[in-house]
Amino acid sequence: MDLVLLAVSAIFVNNILLAQYLGNCPFCGVSKKLSTSLGMGAAVIFVATLASVFTWLVYHHVLVPLGLKYMQTLVFILIIASLVQFVEIFLKRFSKALYNALGIYLPLITTNCAVMGIALLNIKHEFGFWEMLVFAVASASGFTLAIILFASIRERLFISSVPDFMKGTAIALVTAGIMSLSFMGFSGMVN
Amino acid sequence: MSRFLSVLIHGFWKDLPPFRLVLGLCPALAVTASANNGLGMGLSVTFVLIFSNLTISLLRNVIPDKVRIASYIVIIATLVVIVEMILQAYFFGLSQQLGIYIPLIVVNCIILGRAEAFASRNPVFLSAVDGLSVGLGFTLSLTLVGSIREILGAGTWFGNSLMGADFQPFAFMIRAPGAFICLGMLLGLMNAFSRWRGENVIQN
Repeated sequence: MDLVLLAVSAIFVNNILLAQYLGNCPFCGVSKKLSTSLGMGAAVIFVATLASVFTWLVYHHVLVPLGLKYMQTLVFILIIASLVQFVEIFLKRFSKALYNALGIYLPLITTNCAVMGIALLNIKHEFGFWEMLVFAVASASGFTLAIILFASIRERLFISSVPDFMKGTAIALVTAGIMSLSFMGFSGMVN
Repeated sequence: MSRFLSVLIHGFWKDLPPFRLVLGLCPALAVTASANNGLGMGLSVTFVLIFSNLTISLLRNVIPDKVRIASYIVIIATLVVIVEMILQAYFFGLSQQLGIYIPLIVVNCIILGRAEAFASRNPVFLSAVDGLSVGLGFTLSLTLVGSIREILGAGTWFGNSLMGADFQPFAFMIRAPGAFICLGMLLGLMNAFSRWRGENVIQN
């Protein structure tokens, strides 16, 4: 039951994008079309889950026993960067279809703060293994939900008459603010 | 000399992050609930930016082209670990407030962006000046956003009460939606200003 609550809270209440502000660069950059944001979202779920498992294992079974907690940042970014590279090579070799769908988004993910952020939050909240797994999948799904909703709004924005000086990123941020406001409505659901 | 001056000032308007150079939005939204946090985050980024530009420029003829991004990330991550330790040792309160956003400086696109666009093809001194300029520009922007949000949302500025006892804080501004809307409106205003000056506006 606690795991269900954790998942609901990570997707809706503490949405990684709209409440914790992580992953805004792809949010503004990639979310112009629905199809590309679907691809990006799927790639983030895939990589964030794998990265969380690896970083969690390395943190608890290598860094903590050796007393190297302060190396966390350096180790995590190296794990994420090499993982992304590995996933890319693996997909290219074994699943052409998945590679064609996610391939171009993978390099972008290395510098996506949502992935690194989820890995760091797992440690900060002192999650156990299963909690970490649920949190990672749910947070990345929350990111995907937000980016898909946002892309759908942006496709409409593109054909509406926005004042010239607000075009582009400016109106996108204001829209994200209004979405964030509506997501705040979920905050009564979980305490 | 004129090249030096143009590098020194370009971070304050021409490439002012995160408004003109739309990179590094996450910290600009996340830590600007108060002016103090914005300033602290800005200065941390400036420190990393100056030294990453300096190191990368020193090594620009040594690092093979194919592994340059990986090498940049290692250099940047090392500097971020140093910043983390300095903050924990001397500014413990600030480091608690900024939380996970300090390690996240590693994935701040401004730093990798300047490394790739400037430090990898310019001499050492100019690269350090570029880091200083863009870093201070970012600090100014973050302090500005932080000030607006703190004054409207809490009625204080750097923790000092400004508005008197009758002021009803506009709590919306220090929550997440306020961050997005405040940054969006500022970006719009800056676009309007540069249109009025007759500059080319980059649409993104």
